[in-house]
Amino acid sequence: MMQLFVFIVAGAMVLGGAVGVVLRTHPVHAALSLVLTLFGIAVLFIAQDAQFLAAVEVIVYAGAIVVLFLFVIMLLGIDRAEDLHVEPFKIQRPVALVIGAGLVSLLGIAVIASRQHPVPTVTPSQAVTDALADPHDGNIRALARDVFSDHVLAFELTSVLLVIAVVATVILARKPRKGETYITSGSAQ
Amino acid sequence: MFAVDSLLDHIKLFSIPTLIVIIKVLVVFVVGLVGTMLMVWFERKVIAFMQNRIGPNKAGPKGLLQTLADGTKLFFKEDLIPDKSDRFVFKLAPYLAFVPAFLVWAIIPLGGDFSNGKNGDVKILGHVTKLQLADPPVGVLLLLALSSIAIYGIMLAGWSSGSKYPLLGSVRASAQMISYEAALGLSLATVILVTGTLSTNGIVTSQFTFSRWSVIATGVLPFAIFLIAATAELNRPPFDLVEAEQELVGGFNTEYSSIRFALFFLAEFMNTITMSGVIVTLFFGGPQPLRIAGNANVLQFLGPLSGTVWLLLKVLVFLYVYVWFRATLPRLRYDQLMNLGWKLMIPLALGWFMLLAFFRVGQDSGWNTWVIGVAGIAVMAVCASLLQLASKVSARNREREGAMF
Repeated sequence: MMQLFVFIVAGAMVLGGAVGVVLRTHPVHAALSLVLTLFGIAVLFIAQDAQFLAAVEVIVYAGAIVVLFLFVIMLLGIDRAEDLHVEPFKIQRPVALVIGAGLVSLLGIAVIASRQHPVPTVTPSQAVTDALADPHDGNIRALARDVFSDHVLAFELTSVLLVIAVVATVILARKPRKGETYITSGSAQ
Repeated sequence: MFAVDSLLDHIKLFSIPTLIVIIKVLVVFVVGLVGTMLMVWFERKVIAFMQNRIGPNKAGPKGLLQTLADGTKLFFKEDLIPDKSDRFVFKLAPYLAFVPAFLVWAIIPLGGDFSNGKNGDVKILGHVTKLQLADPPVGVLLLLALSSIAIYGIMLAGWSSGSKYPLLGSVRASAQMISYEAALGLSLATVILVTGTLSTNGIVTSQFTFSRWSVIATGVLPFAIFLIAATAELNRPPFDLVEAEQELVGGFNTEYSSIRFALFFLAEFMNTITMSGVIVTLFFGGPQPLRIAGNANVLQFLGPLSGTVWLLLKVLVFLYVYVWFRATLPRLRYDQLMNLGWKLMIPLALGWFMLLAFFRVGQDSGWNTWVIGVAGIAVMAVCASLLQLASKVSARNREREGAMF
């Protein structure tokens, strides 16, 4: 009973937020709808006993990334409703329609197919059951051990990727030195 | 299928455990509100004392009811919504600032029996429970999550006002809060490293003697960084650029009036109290008693309440420190703020964290402590001088390029 209630409320948050992101014409409202979706996902994570993922979801996505979205929206002064009649990229809308319809039908087929051929219940691995049985942050310990031992290379590579992105941003945002010219659309004229 | 099932399905409404939770929620809520009211009075009285004034003294004994009078007045003021504002967000923002301030209370251990390494369990109506609203396994991360949510309130308040000064104030606020959150998190990580748990109850339990208090065990520096970063997160002086009256009228809340303004005000003071509570919990053992002259707990005569009184006394010290900051320190300039945050606090917090981790590894594998110490400090010194060199070179480059800052 309770599980269904939590699922329905969180699901409504996720879906409502997602629809809001698409339908709201105002960028700030759309970003706030995204926050709603992220919170719904965090609630669903908690319902699945993944408290760490829920906390990180809120800290990283809601607390940092969407704040940066809002920051950019406010600083660039594009915080007014978009005129949707102007289409910058002509073929975009029909393609989006086709892909969307394809995705929906694929999902529908998957749901129907799984009803006809029920999948055997998934048994969690030993690590997962052990972690869940440990009342004292076993969940987080298991995750940390996994990330910093088995997947340490992927983890470090990801952080290198982030550093590259930061360096690239600094280079792009830097003003050209005297005598140095960047070819930009502004200076070409 | 769902993990909450086991928690929620066999809860009977009107059973004693449910009743205890409801009582806890009510107590935390009421104490939070009353505490905020007293905090406003305390701050005004102490600042008046430091500035050789009398402070509020008309409403109630010693002016205690001044906040109540101000609150009532604000309630009945006209509620203005600017024409150019975004009405929905404008109305939403005060609550986004207010609610996280309250929620942090849920994870602070508010008392209980921690003597002789006990974990703070108390018996209420025949049920063993903790004097803490919730003890989630991710405890401290919840604190970080809530402090990052608090940014929304201020940011959206400034933007939705549809006016220049509030927008400037809120952009400053969010830049400042994001910058200092890194230092806050890194100094908090040292506490987690030393205590070995994320749960706030576990953190308090592991600080059972004075030498195990995190402020000593992590070597004072993380505490100093946390205190400074927390002050910046709270937007309190000397980091109150958000509402620098001389430059921005009133900052992000310029266009707010009536009860919405009061909510911002309440959130700010409530945040000060919760942050003091968090500092005490993380670094000063929360409700743990302090051994004075061989006496393990001088407040033993208070019985089960002694933990709560200890917590209160420790929190009061930090509340006084915050008021003291406000009365004595001039506001930082914006570039000083950013330099302090990015060029000093974050590298220092990161370096200290690495050093502590190195010590920990050394201990575990039985290396010579002196060798570890010398090697660690040498590496730190090399890193510090490299950083110094880098910032000098970049400053010279900027100057050569004719930058104006």
